[in-house]
Amino acid sequence: MIRVELPAHLRTLAQVRGEVQLEVTGPVTQRSVLDCLEARYPVLRGTIRDHATYRRRPFLRFFACAEDWSHESPDAPLPEAVATGAEPLLIIGAIAGG
Amino acid sequence: MSGVRVLVGTRKGAFVLASDGKREKWDVSGPHFGGWEIYHMKGSPADPNRVYASQTSGWFGQMMQRSNDGGKTWEAVGNKFAYDGVPGTHQWYDGTPHPWEFKRIWHLEPSLDDPDTVYAGAEDAALFRSTDGGQSWAELAGLREHGSGPKWQPGAGGMCLHTIILDPNNPKRIYIAISAAGAFRSDDAGISWKPINQGLRSQYIPDPTAEVGHCVHHVAMHKARPGTLFMQKHWDVMRSNDAGDSWHEVSGNLPTDFGFVIDVHAHEPETIYVVPIKSDSEHYPPDGKLRVYRSRSGGNEWEALTKGLPQSDCYVNVLRDAMAVDSLDSCGVYFGTTGGQVYASADAGNNWAPIVRDLPAVVSVEVQTLP
Repeated sequence: MIRVELPAHLRTLAQVRGEVQLEVTGPVTQRSVLDCLEARYPVLRGTIRDHATYRRRPFLRFFACAEDWSHESPDAPLPEAVATGAEPLLIIGAIAGG
Repeated sequence: MSGVRVLVGTRKGAFVLASDGKREKWDVSGPHFGGWEIYHMKGSPADPNRVYASQTSGWFGQMMQRSNDGGKTWEAVGNKFAYDGVPGTHQWYDGTPHPWEFKRIWHLEPSLDDPDTVYAGAEDAALFRSTDGGQSWAELAGLREHGSGPKWQPGAGGMCLHTIILDPNNPKRIYIAISAAGAFRSDDAGISWKPINQGLRSQYIPDPTAEVGHCVHHVAMHKARPGTLFMQKHWDVMRSNDAGDSWHEVSGNLPTDFGFVIDVHAHEPETIYVVPIKSDSEHYPPDGKLRVYRSRSGGNEWEALTKGLPQSDCYVNVLRDAMAVDSLDSCGVYFGTTGGQVYASADAGNNWAPIVRDLPAVVSVEVQTLP
């Protein structure tokens, strides 16, 4: 079971509280986790990554196990602790004021 | 009894203000979508309970919301706005080519007769249309591909398509306006477009009378006279009597002809309203006095409307989509400020009072007159 922590505004959009738990089949990567997340919550399509290019939106970052994974390949395996559900994948809004 | 619903988009959420026909007591609901920028909300003329809202965020991009109960409850609909083909480049602020990139929807214009058809004006400038209640969107690419696109440039707020006007007498005629490209008209329901900027003069482009490049801030039309258009340009208040084929200045005795909003009285096609703003670098009213100016002669001769508006130390702005009118017998006029006030007049501008005064900065105001 993969655990994903969403920013508050995306939890509101998806109508979820707390962490989201996902069953990801195959390698656990940014892409596979986000594919699974968007399939379960279609309202999140376009809010984390671009509809067409699938690039991460520039004001969002991906953290896991105290490391910044934002600039890793979307197909790079995420840490074992994320794959086993010991640690969540954090989707974080950049600190940009507003 | 008839009533009025005022749809207010702000920097941090949407608010719905409701009153009966007297327009004395107001019920305020919101914020809806708290924390998100609501660039625009507008109700369907064919079904007042159908309301669309453009919900945007620098973090999370574009969402589109739809209500079927007049703004009480909402559902997210389609947010995929893809340019048709390879979008190419427009001019950046320094004149260099810059690729077209979708940023947000500035304006929503529901069809006059079909609640499921709605037009959306985008930044970077393009016109989209949905015919399934906002679930899916397709670009009317003839506008962006008109040929002048490489000469369009962003205004300070971005390169936005902010005005969409549907001709009530001719379903094939659509007007749009872009900052900073100018006004355009389609006579074939959006397939092809022509720039309609003859008569505009703008010192901030190399050729002040160029076919495109003008920073049009807003355009308004009275439904009884769809060939007469009124424009608040960056500087200059303009008028066209021939569906935009030519324009002439009607700034007359305004204290400054810079501003953003312009609108027309619901029952008097020659009565128009603007809110003069000091200058393009000082986005507040001259002399700290918030004044609506009204012309009953279609321009040139203007009177200041001040009763109930702050006449000292007022330094708010009124953004381009933040004025609207109702169609009750005594026409109501409404506008919102960047200071979070929404002012209303139930007597065509003679007397004003705030409906609310402490909202987040107001981006847009639309009004629905309810049966």
